[in-house]
Amino acid sequence: MSCNNHIFFKGGVHPNEGKELSCSNAIQDAPLLDKYTVILHQHIGAPPKLIVQKGDEVKKGQLLAEAGGFVSAPVHSPTSGTVSAMLEISGPMGLKMSAVEITSDGKDEWKLPFNKIEEWDSAEPKDLKQRVADAGIVGMGGAAFPTSVKLSPPSGKKIDTLILNGAECEPYLTADHRVMLESSDAVLEGAAILAKILDVKNIYIGIENNKPDAIETLSRKAGHYGIKVQQLRVRYPQGAEKQLIYALTGRKVPAGGLPMDVGCVVQNISTAVPVKEAVVDAKPLIERVTTVTGESVVNPGNWRFRLGTPVSKALELAGGVKYQPGKVILGGPMMGFSQKNLDATIMKNTSGLLLLDKDDVSQFSSESCIRCGKCVDACPMNLLPGTLSVAAENEVWDIAEDYFVMDCMECGCCSYVCPAHRPLVQHFKRAKAEINAKRKR
Amino acid sequence: MTEEKKTIKKDPESPLIILPDPKELIVSTSPHLHNGGSVKKIMYIVILALLPSCAAGVYFFGIDALRVLLLCTIFCVALEVIWCKCAGKKQTWSDGSAIITGLLLGMNLSAGVPWWLCLVGAMLAIILGKQLFGGLGYNPFNPALVARVGLLIGFPKLMTTWVVPKKFSYMMNPDAGFVNTDQLEKLKSVGESIIPFNANIEGLTCATPLSIAKGADSFQHITSPEAIQNYFWGNVGGCIGETSVAFLLLGAVILLAFKLIRWQVPLAYIGTVAIITFILNKVDPSLTPGPIFHIVAGGLVIGAFFMATDMVTSPMTKKGAFIFGIGCGIITTAIRIWGSYPEGVSFSILFMNALTPLIDRYSGGKPFGYIKKKKN
Repeated sequence: MSCNNHIFFKGGVHPNEGKELSCSNAIQDAPLLDKYTVILHQHIGAPPKLIVQKGDEVKKGQLLAEAGGFVSAPVHSPTSGTVSAMLEISGPMGLKMSAVEITSDGKDEWKLPFNKIEEWDSAEPKDLKQRVADAGIVGMGGAAFPTSVKLSPPSGKKIDTLILNGAECEPYLTADHRVMLESSDAVLEGAAILAKILDVKNIYIGIENNKPDAIETLSRKAGHYGIKVQQLRVRYPQGAEKQLIYALTGRKVPAGGLPMDVGCVVQNISTAVPVKEAVVDAKPLIERVTTVTGESVVNPGNWRFRLGTPVSKALELAGGVKYQPGKVILGGPMMGFSQKNLDATIMKNTSGLLLLDKDDVSQFSSESCIRCGKCVDACPMNLLPGTLSVAAENEVWDIAEDYFVMDCMECGCCSYVCPAHRPLVQHFKRAKAEINAKRKR
Repeated sequence: MTEEKKTIKKDPESPLIILPDPKELIVSTSPHLHNGGSVKKIMYIVILALLPSCAAGVYFFGIDALRVLLLCTIFCVALEVIWCKCAGKKQTWSDGSAIITGLLLGMNLSAGVPWWLCLVGAMLAIILGKQLFGGLGYNPFNPALVARVGLLIGFPKLMTTWVVPKKFSYMMNPDAGFVNTDQLEKLKSVGESIIPFNANIEGLTCATPLSIAKGADSFQHITSPEAIQNYFWGNVGGCIGETSVAFLLLGAVILLAFKLIRWQVPLAYIGTVAIITFILNKVDPSLTPGPIFHIVAGGLVIGAFFMATDMVTSPMTKKGAFIFGIGCGIITTAIRIWGSYPEGVSFSILFMNALTPLIDRYSGGKPFGYIKKKKN
């Protein structure tokens, strides 16, 4: 077990971690609700096709919507009951999204949609991959990219390394930490299955060294699967794909490229659990572990929620709030989405439900850039955020493009350190959208 | 905020679960955290870092130095207020940048200058140097240096008449060239120490080591250990804030501790001057004194730590900061040795200010994993 201190990305920031609020609270199973509102489009890619109708009886694990293309993922019922309504609810990003309301019959009866593959070691990789796709598994860290697609590199790309991302570098979030501690066997078996599908021998689990118990637990058992557990320095965004690959392998993903360009596939650590469950237990992805936390939350902790649990119900489970928070955020404080109401529901990529106090919430203004260069030092992608933001402010998109705005990963380090409180990430999101639109034309 | 916390604090007896009120939620883009820094904090720490050398200036040049520093600061702040009012802009004086400009301007003047010169300097700094370009953040040149150079060109006599420092006895050697024979007589009548006094009334002036070095054949007197020691503490003719190397370094430690300046700038700047003067002095000792003289005499230290490092007008990248410092060092040395002015710090920094956008463009910003595009 070694700490990869010699290879380290430039930049990054050290926000107050806030993980102590919830990191020692074991995962609890959320009790069954009367109703779930399952958003259909929970992933990056084509929306899935609905195959149930209002009034249909469904079992737990039954298919509600099938994949709508290669880059897509199916959605399954979180419990048994009736399809009681087709709704439009406001999703985590504030956009209206189609959802299916399932009214529970209280029996919570499984209907396993697949056969168990207990001897996965002798199974065909392509069958295992199909299972991952059929189970609706997507990246659970935040991006929600369909996992099976990541496991299907184009023929020209040789993959030799699988990386499981257990960095959990976002402050406040502890879901991955608890999963690694409490489901370490499932994590390792899932990782081994992923490696089998990819046919790779190099398997790394990267964990920030603020989680020594998780590192210890996993490395004790990892040898059996030939998995290497590596400590990472604590610094946001250590868990960013390119920075993680660099820290673990010393390889630099080319700008504009993907991890597969350097022979790597990165999966979030929590994605390995449903992979194991889909293959060994024949269960589709219908639940996930989410951290509900914040100074204002009465009982912060980690829960295993069914997908489709409304934010309000999740908060009730945590005892509600002691006082009015400033923001309700789905995801982490650096890249999550602040909510305008409590209507959104837990999705496949909802790693956290975070309530930030008004005093802690960053307030942006449009003060002018004083060119202090703090953003330049903080940028892990080695960009000039200050200069870029002035270009974006003046809507000169070609200059923004010249200064590599498209390489920005929106990690938020620049905005975090900006003494002028400039909304840098917002500028870059806009610039990227404008440039993408221009490229399509 | 604490009030609000109290208002909906729930009754511990009640089983009711309180959920956040959606109407009061703040919605904005990520990130949702901030490290708490602000422009104001930066500026006030810089002011704090300037104060030791201001105090040293007042100690060595008397109450007149305080008068100049206060006048410059008040004029700068007042002009900023008036400008913002006339231009219909949000008042910005409280961000502290005008106070810094005022202090730096005062530190760059002789203690003997009249009040109206401070006003003209403040106008050059705040209006020409800063607000005409759009205010804080948009000025291409360091406002205080714009004013200093403007005044130097417009009022060369006033800008090169230097007040005699508090403990002048080491200057009394007529061969050293610090004072001419008239002044020497006057000084003899004053006695040991002359603070507080009014420079204008007493009419006591002296030369700076750099102006003596200009055109001198031998640097024996101005580079004697005693003289160097006096330069280091600030007991030498010159601008109010530039002379006391010891107290400037104290301020520099504050700046470095709070990471408000890039250490690359002063290191490259002073390093370049030291290396060039060391070599030239070894090659031809009659051309220029050695590096220690160049560092402690004149405005190199204030320039390298407080003027060249101005955030707005220096490069944002570390590599750029290094290039910037080297450029400043080369130009400063060249002017000091071969130029028509004895001092080249202001000119060199202004020149490099103009190159800053170019340096930024080519010194950084190649993204992680960058591959050079093939030309079609």
